[in-house]
Amino acid sequence: MLRTQRIESVSIRPWYSPRISKELNWTTRNITGTLNEVTLPLPRYEQVTLRFTGTLVLAEHNGVKLTPITLNAINAASKLGEISVLVAGVDIVKIAEQVAKVDQVKRVFVSDHKKLEHQLPEFVAKAVETLQKQYKFDYVVAGASVFGRDVLPRVAAQFDVSPVTDVIAIHGDDTFTRPTYAGNAICKVRSNSPVKFLTFRGTAFKPAKESGGNAKIEKAPETDFSFDCVEFVSQELLKSERPDLQSAKVIVSGGRGVGSADNFKIIYELADKLKGAVGASRAAVDAGYVSNELQIGQTGKIVAPELYIAIGISGAIQHTAGMKDSKVIVAINKDSDAPIFEIADVGLKADLHKAVPELIKAL
Amino acid sequence: MQWYLSATEAMRALVAVKRVIDYAIKIRVKPDRTGVIKDNVQHSMNPFDEIALEEAVRLKEKQIIKEVLVVSLGSPKSQETLRTALAKGADKAIHVEVEEAVAEKIEPLFVAKVLKKIAETEKPDLIFLGKQAIDDDYGQTAQLLAGLLNWPQAIEVDGGRELIRIKTPAVISADLRLNEPRYATLPNIMKAKNKPLEKKSLSDYGIEIAEQTQILEVSEPPVRKSGGFVEDVPSLITKLKEAGVL
Repeated sequence: MLRTQRIESVSIRPWYSPRISKELNWTTRNITGTLNEVTLPLPRYEQVTLRFTGTLVLAEHNGVKLTPITLNAINAASKLGEISVLVAGVDIVKIAEQVAKVDQVKRVFVSDHKKLEHQLPEFVAKAVETLQKQYKFDYVVAGASVFGRDVLPRVAAQFDVSPVTDVIAIHGDDTFTRPTYAGNAICKVRSNSPVKFLTFRGTAFKPAKESGGNAKIEKAPETDFSFDCVEFVSQELLKSERPDLQSAKVIVSGGRGVGSADNFKIIYELADKLKGAVGASRAAVDAGYVSNELQIGQTGKIVAPELYIAIGISGAIQHTAGMKDSKVIVAINKDSDAPIFEIADVGLKADLHKAVPELIKAL
Repeated sequence: MQWYLSATEAMRALVAVKRVIDYAIKIRVKPDRTGVIKDNVQHSMNPFDEIALEEAVRLKEKQIIKEVLVVSLGSPKSQETLRTALAKGADKAIHVEVEEAVAEKIEPLFVAKVLKKIAETEKPDLIFLGKQAIDDDYGQTAQLLAGLLNWPQAIEVDGGRELIRIKTPAVISADLRLNEPRYATLPNIMKAKNKPLEKKSLSDYGIEIAEQTQILEVSEPPVRKSGGFVEDVPSLITKLKEAGVL
């Protein structure tokens, strides 16, 4: 009887890694043949059944709504097992309800505490640590945004684990691909840590559907937030009607060639016409044309929209590392030797001050 | 980053620096796919670490910091990086030396463990690190270290700016926008030769390397091909319509 139960739970875990599935198939075949002689289960499998198992995704939000990268992280995590999501903050019932409806999500843990209001990593990490100690998930994951990057390694340190950050592909339960050297070398790694702490690059995974899920919402365990070495003072947010850079389908990006902060308005105008977001190269940020939140590249945001229009951008590796996974790349530059043309699907050698207004007019 | 420090007595800073392949070098993957070619390739201090160091040195010039200790974990060649740091204004250096082959396998968690040990003996008030090393691109060491020490961490945010107040001791990770690092002048390079540089090994800190993340294969990224040029704006629009993105 006991054995039968175990076999049943094998079949409900088809998501597990190819390697393990193979082992399990083998076991199952043996069972059907000679049930009495078989010693079960495999050590690895035993470990799986004893634990609560599954994956904990850290939800990122701004207090009002869920950040889109969370959906990409949930979808990536769905390859790794049953999904639980932690929503940490203050008055976040609405966000928790939104998460509960997301496809594939099974459980939503809500950690509601005054100290979590500004999402300071010191406190969010504490909430994650407490939850992990109690439920012992196999994976603790988040989107590879500043939020995920700040919180996840801090928690991993408590469990003596080396996190694998900025994962762009999942090959099995412990094998992942991540870019190194600003995307100039692609590295396949195997993580041997008992629990895997991962961050997923948002643009490498499709977002999970926002409906279809019916997760149970429950209270996260009580956490000690008495740490008092950090406090939030104020914040200055970039206000914009335009779509968020990391989830925009179209991005219009300007570089030093744009010439001035004032000239940048044609970039905004074109972006508005295409309902896209505005980006910039580091050179444009350094020259003071736009604020650094718009920077795309190795040291800024990594994006992969359907259409990326690079205007007055030379295409240094620092910049291309952040946008070369875009579906279609358009480059407008007066220098036909600019390296951006080497990766552009459509190149236009022209003076941007003439070509961009013409483009705006024609659209 | 703006500093509102009200220290009554001068503080001590620890800065961690890493020797990496120079950012301007176009790297090449080894034919056997075990890593990238590092021999006879220009190396320099990780750009984010230069910024972290610069910030510490500036605080020293403002007399908020009394002493800047710089640390590097790596092969014997990391000493060059430490000398550069001394030439830029650090007061003394610690080199935690490992063999070249071992250096390849060191993960951020182990760097964080070594830095924690050094922090326990040197008792710095602030630890400065770059936000990520441009070779492994992990971006973890500062957060791991802050987690191990249970100190607050100050790292950049998305979508704007955030002002936080932290109590020292604290871990600070430097973003590119923090400052513009200085060049080391020739007299300072000469002077740096006489500054103290202490050599240590992992066993001095009782730390053994236990690899958690095994590199299976390193490959070239898929190459994007140039699609060529169009003559004018109307043909640009036609092309984009054909591609289905307009």
